[in-house]
Amino acid sequence: MLQTSKPRYGEKAIQGLLAACGILSVLTTTAIVISLLGPTLGFLEVVPIGDFLFGVEWAPQFEPPSFGVLAIVVGTLNVTFWAMLFAIPIGLGAAVYLSEYASPRVRKTVKPVLEILAGIPTVAIGIFALTFILPEIIQPLWPGEFLGGASDKPFMALAASLGIALMVVPIIASISEDAMSAVPRGLHEGAYALGATRAKVAVRVIFPAALSGIVASIVLAISRAAGETMIVVIAAGSTPNLTMNPLESVQTMTAYIATTATGDIGTGTLDYKSVFAVGTVLFVLTLVMNAISIRLARRYREVYE
Amino acid sequence: MTPRGRLAIAGARATTAAMLRDQPRGDVIRNAAFAALLLLAVLIALAGLLALLIQAFVEGAPALSTKLITNAPSTLFPEKAGFRPAIIGSLELIAGVIVFVVPIGIGAAIYLEEYADKARWWNRMIEVNIQNLAAVPSIIYGILGLAFIVRGPLDLGFILVAGSLTLALLVLPMVIIVAREAIRAVPDSIRQGSLALGATQWQTIRRQVLPASIPGIATGVILAVSRALGETAPLLLVGATVFVTFDPTPFSDAGYSAMPVQIFNYAVRPQDEFQALAFAGIIILLAVLLIMNSFAIWLRNRYEQRW
Repeated sequence: MLQTSKPRYGEKAIQGLLAACGILSVLTTTAIVISLLGPTLGFLEVVPIGDFLFGVEWAPQFEPPSFGVLAIVVGTLNVTFWAMLFAIPIGLGAAVYLSEYASPRVRKTVKPVLEILAGIPTVAIGIFALTFILPEIIQPLWPGEFLGGASDKPFMALAASLGIALMVVPIIASISEDAMSAVPRGLHEGAYALGATRAKVAVRVIFPAALSGIVASIVLAISRAAGETMIVVIAAGSTPNLTMNPLESVQTMTAYIATTATGDIGTGTLDYKSVFAVGTVLFVLTLVMNAISIRLARRYREVYE
Repeated sequence: MTPRGRLAIAGARATTAAMLRDQPRGDVIRNAAFAALLLLAVLIALAGLLALLIQAFVEGAPALSTKLITNAPSTLFPEKAGFRPAIIGSLELIAGVIVFVVPIGIGAAIYLEEYADKARWWNRMIEVNIQNLAAVPSIIYGILGLAFIVRGPLDLGFILVAGSLTLALLVLPMVIIVAREAIRAVPDSIRQGSLALGATQWQTIRRQVLPASIPGIATGVILAVSRALGETAPLLLVGATVFVTFDPTPFSDAGYSAMPVQIFNYAVRPQDEFQALAFAGIIILLAVLLIMNSFAIWLRNRYEQRW
């Protein structure tokens, strides 16, 4: 091995400095966990953990207050479920079209346009959901009563769901398209040589081959949907409601945090601590989803690179 | 090739094509229907985007004027209200984000690509950790900002810089991930050539690797900044809620505002005039974001190097 004639302290210092930048990211995670954990434990001293995790009534303002987180967890599930019901078929359809059917020119134009959609501030999408999707699309299609919900409400889970669908379609389309494009050409050509039609190649060959990448994109979209705040704050209302009915007004975990933890909340109050407890539930939920997504994405990368 | 040969090839090709095209009628219809469905999916997504843009323009255009930039918000007189403090607040927030995120994001990316030994568990942990942070909901960063930066260990109070730091932490993983990809795209032969000429590792990085990867890194920074510019939720938690009618300054605890927060503020008011103001604000915000993102895409295409 070659050895330098004198030790280069400057080089070592620079390496240390750069490593510190990397370590800062770990510190961010640690800081998040510490920030969440302290007040959450304080919260659980007052509210028994069983009542918190399995209670079905969320009424922090009542006397006595009730902190059953299931009510707002279900609110999040409601909005996320209906959003994915629309976003998954549309996103995957767009991905298959772009990777298997579109000419290179169409793909080169449509993909950046979809990525612009992903960059629209969610506050704008929320306002769009409340003032356009709800009165111009949902209410004309579902007049009056439906499945026990009325469509003339000023706020509705479905409006937020469609807004979120609009937000996550580009995520699903873009990542799934990447996964499908990564499938080796040989698989296409082999299938075509055996006489398969284009639709069969897309559905039976490319789709299964890219499946883990596709699932990873969907899991990422679900965690984005569950973590989205502004769209639900604006369009879904603020009524904690234990229902999966999309025509009801619901409150999600994120909406509760955003509407409760505004600047003037007093430190140390039970309301303040409840924000952190809800934040912990949300954080753990997205962490689990992300672990699944990373594992799946890694598996598909191992196969095709 | 002789004319006869050409004719023979054309004949063979036609026969093969005819044989392959001999599909059952049902298949042909099913294929066409499938393609139509896929096209429909793309069109729905594009229609959603188009509807959003058109609605913002139709509703906001009447309220568009220069007073939006020069006037402060007003609760009583929507005809005089504007976005001045919010625009200045957003610019200052973004300046803070850039100052913080550029050195640290690029530094972390260089460390992970050029120095880190992947066999070491702590380096792998940093990698997985950054991937995880990229997926943490923005509202959680708001909680972090509230408990760690505004109060708690840093205890900065509800000042604009606290908002900047919160947004910076939010977009940092994104900058690191994009910068790493740009650095990884520089071929090893460049590094080896430089090292062979006697340059140290840091000299190689500073004089060869970084200049070659600047366009990719700049693209990532612009995209991250445009994300920070449109974020609302975390700012609500770290103090950008106050109704601000003066130009905010970075360290004053008198309060600050930002463009998306002000849009939200106008949108939740019942009067039509304020609604129109919110849409006008959306037009301004979208125009700025569109210019930034187009510039990023242009930059990527213009300076993309093929080695």
